Amino acid sequence: MRRFFLSAVTVLALWAMAIFIALPTAVAQAKSIKVGAILAETGGASNLGGPEARTIKMQVEQINAKGGINGDTIELIVKDSGSTPEKAISFAKQLIEEEKVLAILGPSTSGETMAIKQICEDGKTILLSCAAAEKIVNPVAKYVFKTPQKDSYAVKKIYMEMQKMGIAKIAVLAGNDGFGMAGKEQLEAIAPEMGIQIVAAEVYDKGATDLSAVVAKIKANTEIQAVVNWSIVPAQAIVVKNIRQAGWNVPIFQSHGFGNLKYVEAAGAAAEGLIFPAGRLLIADTLPADHQQKNILTQYSTEYQTKFQEPASTFGGHGYDAIMILAEAMKKAGSSDSEKVRNAIENLQGFVGTAGIFNFSPADHNGLDIESFAMLTVKDGKFVQYNEPPVLKTISVVK
Amino acid sequence: MTSQLFFQYLVAGITYGSIYAIVAIGFNIIYNTTGIINFAQGEFVMLGGMLAISLHSMLPLPLAIGLAVLITMLIGALIEIIFIRWLKSPSILRMIIITIGISILIREAALHVWGEGVRSLPYFNGNEITTIQLWGTNISPQVLWVISVCSIIVLLLSIFFKYTSLGQEMRACAANRLAATLCGISTKNMVTFSFMLSAGIGALAGCVVSPITYTQYDSGTGLAIKGFTVAVLGGLGNSMAAVAAGILLGIIEAFSVSVVPLAFQDAISIALLLLILFIRPHGLFGSKEAAGLKDF
Repeated sequence: MRRFFLSAVTVLALWAMAIFIALPTAVAQAKSIKVGAILAETGGASNLGGPEARTIKMQVEQINAKGGINGDTIELIVKDSGSTPEKAISFAKQLIEEEKVLAILGPSTSGETMAIKQICEDGKTILLSCAAAEKIVNPVAKYVFKTPQKDSYAVKKIYMEMQKMGIAKIAVLAGNDGFGMAGKEQLEAIAPEMGIQIVAAEVYDKGATDLSAVVAKIKANTEIQAVVNWSIVPAQAIVVKNIRQAGWNVPIFQSHGFGNLKYVEAAGAAAEGLIFPAGRLLIADTLPADHQQKNILTQYSTEYQTKFQEPASTFGGHGYDAIMILAEAMKKAGSSDSEKVRNAIENLQGFVGTAGIFNFSPADHNGLDIESFAMLTVKDGKFVQYNEPPVLKTISVVK
Repeated sequence: MTSQLFFQYLVAGITYGSIYAIVAIGFNIIYNTTGIINFAQGEFVMLGGMLAISLHSMLPLPLAIGLAVLITMLIGALIEIIFIRWLKSPSILRMIIITIGISILIREAALHVWGEGVRSLPYFNGNEITTIQLWGTNISPQVLWVISVCSIIVLLLSIFFKYTSLGQEMRACAANRLAATLCGISTKNMVTFSFMLSAGIGALAGCVVSPITYTQYDSGTGLAIKGFTVAVLGGLGNSMAAVAAGILLGIIEAFSVSVVPLAFQDAISIALLLLILFIRPHGLFGSKEAAGLKDF
């Protein structure tokens, strides 16, 4: 009896195993392609990673609902980096070595991207970063691409606006993360050729609770005609608040890291009149109907808003561009072979995304030009196109 | 340095200081009854702010804050009853580890409830750019709120601990648990009560500082570190000293910005904490003899 029982169990077990082994082969008929995403859903950069993760999930659902790409569906694996490079590194290794993903979307921040740039290059895995720093694609790494506009273009755009306003001496305040530090480097590097002089530069912590002391310090320097506040962390709103609370009516320029309405809400009345460069997503509804990006921008922002009950941000747009560029390249390549897809991205021309029109080349893994930026400002708590100075009724250098 | 600039730094320093102090007071209450540091104190601050923000969408501001404080007190009591009360003669170290665990638990729960975004209560008076002119400098009315709430709490607490029997019973627990039990004091109830009280004060602190510092699921940690620094600096257990130490630290931080880059601000306060721990482990205003009698 006992022997019968044992053999019955063995047979059952073998049968169960056979099913489990058989299952994956059955699924493999309709191939699913693994795509990884490392995004800062939590932590200091959550206003970036949150919308990016939601957008990418939404787009992958849509792609799969339409039958996938070349008949294959995408299996998305999202990892929350918590805005820390350490986690980004371990997730990148996991995605490349264990999951063997075709591509990694993200990370959200420049610091994290720089931490895994070499890992992706060594692992021959496509990286489509959603972070801004120019050094991500300069020098060019074979497998590394990025979807947001370069920070050097943002700097030039800001300096051009300053020239128009007759501003020559400025103060720079930057967050102490990868984005802030990279931006500060660019601001300092480009300033001389544009005839701008940085007379004060300070760095603030992403966990800062109040920055009125440093505001007092730069305000005391009467030469300063404008302040550039370069950051992606919520503390950037505190800077703006403290400057206005100090009764200082100086023009404030933000980076393209300000492109989430949440920051405007956080800064409240102090956000009025801030000037910053950003992609046209934030002003999609005011674009002329014949603008190349009009359709895609309005479609994406309406879909995002209906689904998640919050306004779309440029960051979600960077996530959108990353997944759609990958999808387009897979279609063009007609396969999910990593080399072929990579070549297809590198040769992608005239791709209309949320950040601008992408024209990739072996020398340019970003593919956007300076025209992809528009200058925006905040009016009545909303983003609008910035046209004519002066923004504030009484712009004057406080003595 | 002009006098106007001097006052500007001073005001900035007092702003920092009163934020730190108001968080530090919460540490002191639990320390006073249990002799432990409650590392979940920062999370009470965050919870108070978050609850008030959520309630404010339905209720007027004062009601929302009041209710948020009550709910946080309830959560404080529940935490004590669930995690600490049933322990038989727990060691100090064990209780501290438990509070660290609780802080992680609350943080993760808050992440699921409120998401990762930054929120804030509206300014109690005016808005983000309203300022009051004082000695030729500008000061946000919210700063005055923080300072006054902080002073009222300290005042009420010192009356409570000195003159009410409940307050005296709580202090007796801290001084000597066994003796307090022999006197007929329910030490367990006192501990629960101290958790409620510090949760309530933390929550109130979270509400008044929220417009200035913003509230995020993990904002409690940063505030707790500074609050803890200040509590140690002043001498653990002494709320009045915490306020003095808080404002001292705030002013040092603010004036340090005038000479060194802002990036060194935190390094200065932590260096100061280490220095105090080496030279005067009982704090700036604490007495050496009293500290010697405590376990921790």
